[in-house]
Amino acid sequence: MANYKDYMLFDKLPHTWCGGCGHGIILQAIASALAQQELDKHEIALVSGIGCFGRVDDYLNINCMHVTHGRALAAATGVALANPNLHVLVTMGDGDGSTIGGNHLIHCARRNINLTAIIANNYNYGQTGGQYSATTPRGSITATSVYGHVEPGFDICKLVEAAGAPFVARSTAYNPMQIRSLIKQGMQTKGFALIEIMDTCPTHYGRLNKMGNSAQMLEAVNDMTVPVEKAASMTPKELEGKFLTGVLVNKPREDYYTRYQQIIDRLVKQA
Amino acid sequence: MKEEKRFIEGNIAIVEGALAAGARFYAGYPISPSSEIAEYSSQMLPKVGGLYIQMEDEISSMAALLGASVAGKKAYTATSGPGVSLMQENLGLGIMSELPAVIIDVQRSGPSTGAATKPAQGDMMQARWGAHGDHSIIALSPASVQECFDLTIRAFNFAEKYRTPVYLMADETIGHLRETVTIRKVSVSEIVNRRQPEEGTAPEDYRPYDYTGTMPAPLAAFGSEKYLSRTTGSTHDEKGEFRPTPENIHRVTHYLSDKIEKNADDICMTRSFHLEGAKTVLIAYGCSVRSALGAMECLRAQGENVGLLQLQTVWPLPEKEIRKVLSTAATVVVPELNLGQIAGEIRKLNDYGCKIVQANRVDGILISPQQIILALKEAL
Repeated sequence: MANYKDYMLFDKLPHTWCGGCGHGIILQAIASALAQQELDKHEIALVSGIGCFGRVDDYLNINCMHVTHGRALAAATGVALANPNLHVLVTMGDGDGSTIGGNHLIHCARRNINLTAIIANNYNYGQTGGQYSATTPRGSITATSVYGHVEPGFDICKLVEAAGAPFVARSTAYNPMQIRSLIKQGMQTKGFALIEIMDTCPTHYGRLNKMGNSAQMLEAVNDMTVPVEKAASMTPKELEGKFLTGVLVNKPREDYYTRYQQIIDRLVKQA
Repeated sequence: MKEEKRFIEGNIAIVEGALAAGARFYAGYPISPSSEIAEYSSQMLPKVGGLYIQMEDEISSMAALLGASVAGKKAYTATSGPGVSLMQENLGLGIMSELPAVIIDVQRSGPSTGAATKPAQGDMMQARWGAHGDHSIIALSPASVQECFDLTIRAFNFAEKYRTPVYLMADETIGHLRETVTIRKVSVSEIVNRRQPEEGTAPEDYRPYDYTGTMPAPLAAFGSEKYLSRTTGSTHDEKGEFRPTPENIHRVTHYLSDKIEKNADDICMTRSFHLEGAKTVLIAYGCSVRSALGAMECLRAQGENVGLLQLQTVWPLPEKEIRKVLSTAATVVVPELNLGQIAGEIRKLNDYGCKIVQANRVDGILISPQQIILALKEAL
């Protein structure tokens, strides 16, 4: 039985993230999802962008491609299409994945590229000092919205569902075992899978919005969620302001490569 | 594939060259006057088991090329100036990560949208410097449809050998020009593939980067059964791990420049026409070579001692060949469809008191041989 440690680079620890940051929880969940599937690390490729969570590849002992800010899904599209046998993971934050990379996110979902996108959403740009991103909720305080944020935030899961993603799931950094399970399910989906993890940034977002210490912030984020199964029996009023967790979409459809391969097969047969 | 003669336009010959070089992945975004490259690639690639994808923009196109490259494919894209502007972000990533790819720039009149269907050579400096930070670049420029085929193969070979993105700087004229071209059988020995780890290299000893010399390390593709690879646009060490120490930043920056500049003898390709003892030499690249050839023949028919140096490689600039001309000729004329981007570079090398004359045009119309002759006569 493989251990999550087999997929980690321990000589790179301690990690770069702040004390109380949720990213380490997700890192461990990724490594243990790989271990539980007993995957050959040569068959795994991770593409990461820029931002605090983009540094997750520093600690993983698999094929890693660290790219530019926002472009991880675009680069991963090339990786996934060039070698369809690879398990492609893409790790991004909310700035990377849904703000500067928002266009690539919807098109990757629409095309149904076979990869697993993991977005650690902590509602702000942690690495540059806590400025607002496309998921920052209206009214909240960040380094660039000290009078209260004017814009509404994206719901990443609804966004990619609308774009056609066949597998969409959400968890929080409070639930590492659920994160692990969702990553495994995402990786077993042939096509575009997105797992949003509602994460914590106690250094910036949590501090500015008076969400308490890091443990309290984890609880606060968890309290904002309702398991999708439970939500079925709740009234719209009860669900107001709540985020659903668990598997939100599971509608498999043929992925891009499979469809393209059918064209290749037809042309080669004709030739 | 057998050798065949075909009457085709430059953009089509470029695709034939890419396929002959072993390219099997295209990611791009349509733009005039390069679109025939996208269209023909989309038709041809699946026939040879390759893959064409049209991305949402040129930013993602360049990123996808690098992704396909790291997974072992020879990858290319075609665009024009506005698209190159968007590709520069991930061009820098390709340079820093040392990933082979070929970017075909079918130049048009700029800046901005400019005149989309008119030829220009205004992207030469964009190609040279269009990525932040110090770096060097390889750029080739075809002057005929045959060269579209031949130089595209060379572009892929240089990309693989030096593990870096390479430009093919075509232009609207050459891209849409139809000529008879020989699509020859390309031998295996003519094709360069990126170096692989030497047999017997232990997995723990494999390093995707090497900064000790001026040649890149072997690159094992993602999916290799034996080796794990790690690439990054952050300043890194031999393992591909982030290392932003002053001494590492220093050696990486120098290496990325040296890798190309110190191999200029291998990369620089020129063609010489009547250079022996020429008093006046025209130095040209791309479509302007054709105007220069016309001017040269006209002047020679009048008994003037005129030669031509064609730069097939524009970056790195063929300094040796240019210096040789500057040190022997009395006058050099540089015709360009820009305001003198390469003429300025030639001036920097002029330690010999040679008279340098420019013949420029930026109205979307080709330079005529007469304009070159007039520029020369006015200067003398």
